[in-house]
Amino acid sequence: MRTMHSLLAGAFAATLLAAPAVAQEIEMPHQKWSFENPFGTYDLAAAQRGFQIYAQVCSNCHSLQYLHYRDLSGIGLDADQIKAFAAGVTVPDGTDDQGQPKEGPATPASQFRSPFPNSKAAAAANNGGIPPDLSLIVNAREGGPNYIYGILTGYADPPEGFKVGDGLYYNKTFPGHQIHMPQPLRDGTVDYTDGTGNSLDQQAHDVVTFLSWAANPEAVERKQMGVRIVLFLVFLTGLTYAVKRKVWADVEH
Amino acid sequence: MADSSAAASTHPGPAGEVTKRDMLTLVTTAAVAIGVGAVAWPFIDSMNPSKDVLALASVDVDLSPIEVGQGITILWQGKPIFVRHRTPTEIKEAVDVPLASLIEPQPDSERTKAGHDQWIILIGICTHLGCVPLGNKPSDPRGDWGGWFCPCHGSQYDTSGRVRHGPAPANLAVPPYAFASDTKVKIG
Amino acid sequence: MVGLHKSEFANPVINWIDTRLPVFTMIQKEYGEFPTPKNFNYFWNFGALAMINLVIMIATGIFLAMNYQPNSELAFGSIQHIMRDVNYGWLLRYIHQNGASMFFIVTYIHIFRGLYYGSYKAPRELLWMLGVVILIIMMATAFMGYVLPWGQMSYWGATVITNLFSAFPVVGPKIVTLLWGGFSVDNPTLNRFYSLHYLLPFLLVGVIFLHVVALHLTGSNNPLGIDVKSPQDTLPFHPYYTAKDSVGICVFLVVLSVLVFFAPNYLGDPNNFIPANPLQTPADIVPEWYFLPYYAILRSVPDKLTGVCLMFGSILVLFVLPWLDTSKVRSARFRPLYRITLLLWVVAVVVLGVCGANKPQGIWVLLSRAGTLYYFAQFLVIMPILGKLERPLPLPESISHPVIGGRGGGPLPSGAAAKPMEKA
Repeated sequence: MRTMHSLLAGAFAATLLAAPAVAQEIEMPHQKWSFENPFGTYDLAAAQRGFQIYAQVCSNCHSLQYLHYRDLSGIGLDADQIKAFAAGVTVPDGTDDQGQPKEGPATPASQFRSPFPNSKAAAAANNGGIPPDLSLIVNAREGGPNYIYGILTGYADPPEGFKVGDGLYYNKTFPGHQIHMPQPLRDGTVDYTDGTGNSLDQQAHDVVTFLSWAANPEAVERKQMGVRIVLFLVFLTGLTYAVKRKVWADVEH
Repeated sequence: MADSSAAASTHPGPAGEVTKRDMLTLVTTAAVAIGVGAVAWPFIDSMNPSKDVLALASVDVDLSPIEVGQGITILWQGKPIFVRHRTPTEIKEAVDVPLASLIEPQPDSERTKAGHDQWIILIGICTHLGCVPLGNKPSDPRGDWGGWFCPCHGSQYDTSGRVRHGPAPANLAVPPYAFASDTKVKIG
Repeated sequence: MVGLHKSEFANPVINWIDTRLPVFTMIQKEYGEFPTPKNFNYFWNFGALAMINLVIMIATGIFLAMNYQPNSELAFGSIQHIMRDVNYGWLLRYIHQNGASMFFIVTYIHIFRGLYYGSYKAPRELLWMLGVVILIIMMATAFMGYVLPWGQMSYWGATVITNLFSAFPVVGPKIVTLLWGGFSVDNPTLNRFYSLHYLLPFLLVGVIFLHVVALHLTGSNNPLGIDVKSPQDTLPFHPYYTAKDSVGICVFLVVLSVLVFFAPNYLGDPNNFIPANPLQTPADIVPEWYFLPYYAILRSVPDKLTGVCLMFGSILVLFVLPWLDTSKVRSARFRPLYRITLLLWVVAVVVLGVCGANKPQGIWVLLSRAGTLYYFAQFLVIMPILGKLERPLPLPESISHPVIGGRGGGPLPSGAAAKPMEKA
């Protein structure tokens, strides 16, 4: 019996581990993230700096279409800040009285502005590459935050003999090492309003924190709720086990 | 709890043990009840308006194209909102009517904003059974009191949106709104 | 039986209902007094766990359906709407998503329990076959559910799986077009999958009901695999097994909660966070973990039709299992050789699972062939022959025999059982 139990447990553990263990050849720099462990929360200051980077750099090519400006309250912006920021962005705003599409200032309820009206326009403006939407990018890549960090910091001169195609750039982390995106961030690209030092490493770290929040805005609430629920269920398991012991106390089995 | 005591009675033991088991079962059952109750809330709450619905709770209206005597209907929170630019006669009628003769007495001043009494803004839903009354288009019948006429059951409203003829029991509701300028109003 | 039921409940309201519709008597008989072998181990929890799991899936599913849009243009975005804007939408969705994985974990253990203790043997053959039907419906439901988020894996999973049917000669391509409602996986496909994904769980409820009816006719098997001989061998289901099942349910909920709250996407695939794109297949197409062994079987042979037949066959063979096993002894406890072959079979399934997660190259091809070979050999060769050759260990006289002696208290006769329904 005992061997069987351990065998079975091993079997299931192996099956569960097998699923995400799909081949992974690229080395990724492993970073420390404020949000990674079961009790971790988003570093809101970093996320706000990351948002500044998104707004000044990334948003020129990348959409964030599953977010609305109102969502920014999640990284600690207050209602007035959000309103002011949205008011500075021009978004499609229904039709005018003649039925022609018109534009207007965004409101907190508006979707984040997309830089291109559709994927064809995006491809035409970017040498055939379509800049992916960033709403879920952290979840949509093997390696998550470390991968995005790796891309942002992975630009380098190609090794000897490596031929980089026209309009492509060498990147250590990108699969195949040839990426359409020119290096978006360098030391000092964005001057932070809060005066934080703007090394490439710092900027990459901040924007990845922002994008991680954008992909999983519920994560902090989820984990905090999870701690309470798991504790309650463990307590309940103890209780039901005690009841079971009592009920079975006088049965020989 | 009857089950556990009944089960206990079939296994007679020391009296203390029976109470202990009862107590334990009671605590466990209570914990399960709390757990089930707590689980029900996310399900129920998921049916409440979601964040995107709540975020659209206000709408801005430009009043400048509405000529005197005309009205427009706009959509706010999925409901028709009547905005009418009243003529001086209509305003006078609305103000002068003796309150005692109304079904739901309410002065016109409570239904408009001071300084903007040419504008009457109403939720265009008949207080009887929820139809949209006629009267906002020039071609519509406006009823005997020059306001709105509900085609479903014949209720009639005056130029202040107050009910003057049943079966509707109450005046047309006034949505929360504020003037941002003389020609811009924010509803909600 | 014509006439009113003579109810014995004291509560007048329950009595009134029970007289006209004896559901309370039925519940008491089937879940109160129901004589259950006294020697169950915790493996016997998994039927109840599967039931709870189905309830969780249906409940979360119904509420998710209130916010989901089964339209290829809107589906992906509506999931994001659920995750971001609907109150507790993320919770409902993550429970549904991980609940599917838990459902398969629980069901696979439940099936293993049946294989190990010979629960499929006479007189429980039909009970077992209904179980296989349940498994097949479950798989279909899970597959179609995975398509609904309309991510890259949804789309390409649907494409690959529906294309399996094209392997059949002559009618194959016609079947595929019919499944799609078009010339590729597209909006019509998504619509019908949504409809069926909503329908099948209720069919599941029906078949599970039959499964339980059949179970209550034959009575439960037990770890010794011998028949119940006297009331001494049994205990009333309540409170003994309600209490024991409750422990299992709590542990199950702890595991589910850890997944939902701390690693909700651990078992998922990053590619499904990318909206479906009919022009680009992801680099690695992998099904959800619970389909990996079948996927490995499919890819283990280079011939399309053979692969498809083997894959379907790996499930269908379970239907005839009661007749492939020639041994009279049920429990593997008394079949030392069968026990080893069965554990090797589990190893083969796990190996197949790992193969399914890896690209079909080099060692993985070899391993998946070995795994497939053993998977079928176990059922088609080993079990028929082993039943005749193997000398089983001596069986105990009765369930209560090996344990009677010490206190001699013995279990209670079922007539003296508790009156659980007064609780209601």
